[in-house]
Amino acid sequence: METNWVKNAAGRRIPTQVNGQEVIPFQGVGKYRVQGKKHAPSIPSVVDFPKDGNKVVSSLKEALQKAGLGNGMTISTHHHFRDGDLVSNRIFDIAHQLGVKDLRWFPSASFPCNSPLIKYLEDGTIHHIEGSLNGPLGRFTSEGKMRGTAVLRSHGGRVQAIQDGEVKIDIAVIAAPSCDSFGNANALYGPSACGVLGFAEMDVRYAEKVIMVTDNLVDFPCLPIQIEGNYVDYVVVVDKIGIPEKIVSGTTQITRSPDRLKIAELTARFCLETEILHDRCIIQSGAGSISLAFGVFVHQMLKGKNWKAAVSFGGSTKYSVQMLQEGTAEKILEGQLFDTAAIESMRENPLHHNFSVFNAYNYHSKGNLTSMIDLVTLGATEVDVNFNANVVTHSDGYLLHGIGGWQNCLHAKNVILPVPLFRDRIPVIVDEVTTLCGPGELIDVIVTERGIAINPLRADLIEKAKAANLPLKTIYELKEEAERICGKPQKPQFTDQLIGIVKWPDGTVIDAIRQVKNIEV
Amino acid sequence: MKVSSGNRGDAVRSDCFTELSDEGGVSNQVFLKSKVKALYGKSIETICLEMLEFFGLQGVSVNIEDSGALPFVIAARLEACIKQLVATGKSFLFEKLPENDYPIAANRFRRSRLYIPGNNPKMMINAGIYGSDAVILDLEDAVLPEKKHEARLLVRNALCQVNFYGAERMVRINQVPEGLSDLEYIVPFGVHTIVIPKCESPDDILFVEQRIRKITGQVGTVHLIPIIESALGVENAFEIAISSENVVALAIGLEDYTADIGAQRTSEGRESFFARSRIINAARAAGVQPLDSVASSFEDLEALADTAQSSKALGFEGIGCIHPGQIQTVNKSFSPSEKEIEKAKKIVFAFFQAEKVGKGVVAVDSKMVDAPVVKRAQKIIENAIVFGLLNQNWMESYGNELG
Repeated sequence: METNWVKNAAGRRIPTQVNGQEVIPFQGVGKYRVQGKKHAPSIPSVVDFPKDGNKVVSSLKEALQKAGLGNGMTISTHHHFRDGDLVSNRIFDIAHQLGVKDLRWFPSASFPCNSPLIKYLEDGTIHHIEGSLNGPLGRFTSEGKMRGTAVLRSHGGRVQAIQDGEVKIDIAVIAAPSCDSFGNANALYGPSACGVLGFAEMDVRYAEKVIMVTDNLVDFPCLPIQIEGNYVDYVVVVDKIGIPEKIVSGTTQITRSPDRLKIAELTARFCLETEILHDRCIIQSGAGSISLAFGVFVHQMLKGKNWKAAVSFGGSTKYSVQMLQEGTAEKILEGQLFDTAAIESMRENPLHHNFSVFNAYNYHSKGNLTSMIDLVTLGATEVDVNFNANVVTHSDGYLLHGIGGWQNCLHAKNVILPVPLFRDRIPVIVDEVTTLCGPGELIDVIVTERGIAINPLRADLIEKAKAANLPLKTIYELKEEAERICGKPQKPQFTDQLIGIVKWPDGTVIDAIRQVKNIEV
Repeated sequence: MKVSSGNRGDAVRSDCFTELSDEGGVSNQVFLKSKVKALYGKSIETICLEMLEFFGLQGVSVNIEDSGALPFVIAARLEACIKQLVATGKSFLFEKLPENDYPIAANRFRRSRLYIPGNNPKMMINAGIYGSDAVILDLEDAVLPEKKHEARLLVRNALCQVNFYGAERMVRINQVPEGLSDLEYIVPFGVHTIVIPKCESPDDILFVEQRIRKITGQVGTVHLIPIIESALGVENAFEIAISSENVVALAIGLEDYTADIGAQRTSEGRESFFARSRIINAARAAGVQPLDSVASSFEDLEALADTAQSSKALGFEGIGCIHPGQIQTVNKSFSPSEKEIEKAKKIVFAFFQAEKVGKGVVAVDSKMVDAPVVKRAQKIIENAIVFGLLNQNWMESYGNELG
């Protein structure tokens, strides 16, 4: 089908239609409002459910058949098991056996463990994927081999799409580390414990049918209740839903790379000198290699000043737990957990609180919690001279990462991107990003091992950083330095075939991704 | 014939493995496997073809497995191949970066000197960003014997093309006499200082000086730092230190020294106390800096700070680093402490006041202060200013504070 292209408010060329649906071009940050009522699933009646509350069926196949699995449906899953997910692929094995076609998979993220699904994209079982695409799935998509168009959304953008009815989920299949026969579930206990199930909460509430899959069926009631059984249609018990060591690593390690440590330390120093870091500040934590090291420096600085963060937003690890235990963080609001120490803390410490993406990131919520955060640090594959950043494609044009909570976090008061100036000869600071994921007006500071560039919009930070004698450079100087070291790269070549779009958290389209030319074999 | 150079493998970054074969057709060919092919494929091919033409090669094929090597690395690897295949007196040289055109004074501080293996491009590229006073590109112990040739070319190109951000550029050559042939690859390319390992007699220094003179046609263009690593070297330390005006420091290498005297190396270092004191005394007598051996601990920064502080207390002015993570701790340990600076300010200010009124005697807190104490305080103030710990015009505000 011929693609019609228009330019959006960010000046990017985007299609007017994606997968047969009209899309709305990005209109600028905070400009778009959707009208009408939220989407709602069909009304159930208790008479249709077993009186004894036992919703267990014999197999996932039976549950999917009972849920009415059919051609063209939308199937959603969560990614709390990360690369240790044993459930998602099984759904499509069954769909394939049943001869079902043209499914849309709507995961909260995909991982390399999902690459066996390529065969179902090839044989027509799956039409396309709307979720993060990386590894072999990203390569497959970038080379234009997926029939439909990939839709990349932030975690918050996914909730937005579910709530305003842009994506109507037919069947949500929820892998649950602990579950009772009624469907009440939590992720705190069981062999596949992952701590929280925040990414599945919206799916459960808005899907037509909900199937819980567990390897740890417990007596009613499964406490504490993170997912309420009243939303659940069927419960399936299987041998194993996840690979624990791939869900949480027992030991999350701080980077040993001296370059990354230098970047993390410089970032921490910047935050202290410019007073971004202060007593009772609200911070975000993560498990990226620079983020972890940065978190440790922040912990030490807060301790040294006898300060305390009022809240730490997780992605938590043992290092965030340490802050909670040693009093440099008062409370943790938890979105996802990265190691066993964090799960233990979640079980035992009432100040470590389950807090879903609905609350933190969603455009249709009554208030934006991310704009209350004082400080976030985020990664990027590219940043351009206008401070625009890319997080989904590599400089060679291939899909590399999902958006995750990245776009949502851009609304924090101070957004810092600690990134190396170049990675294995590939400059990170460039003339123009390959794919636009975050507009420069929301990105305040770039910290590299060779200097700090502050967005000219943040005159306040520039003034403070100058006074503190921090190594400031302009973004142009950084870009030139990267090119002097690496050489000026060729531009990646694309065909005009659309392979994916990037959504802004309000549901509009901020950029499009096209098929890479000169595919490497 | 097929020859190769460089490194490959999953863990290799910023390097390339290069193979050159003369069993090709009529024209030169480049085959490239690279993660950055979409971005730099053309420029890699161009530089390879340009080099083959420069060296007058025809009908050869180049096979490159690249892991993000910078142009100066690719060129060094290919030149190493070419020089195995044909005898040539030519060299494929890059321009020297103007950013690296800064002089280093003979008596410049050398608190930290970071060792970088001479055949590891990944570590070279960022060597200057960690704030060490000096960077040592090491051609000696860090390079396998069969890799010495390609390391020399890599170090030569790195001296020209890597921005060292103000650090003193040192190269540790191989032991004399083998090390003399390293000099032509480094002396013309902006090295500040040659580090001469396992130095035992003034002759070693003289041989190096002769060779440098032959290369540059001049005397005194490059600083020299001999490392004393043997019993004989320790006995000859003073003679070595005064053997040339270009010797700017004496360093001690304890690993070899302790083996040479038949002792076990311990953390307390009693076995090397004599040698360390001897080196310090010889260096001071000759008017050059005494530099301590290499600090091995980089995980435990408190232990490192202890080591560095006791080294400073003994009289050393700096210590060798094997990991960038050591540099801040080492720099801090060899810089004057806050307490030292405060005390020195008091003394220097009192001296200034006394001079102003023509008094010959300086008193601080109603105690007399001797001339050497004043001199040491002045040195501390001088260093504090250089290291950015004290404002140059401190005395103005200091005077105001005191009223």
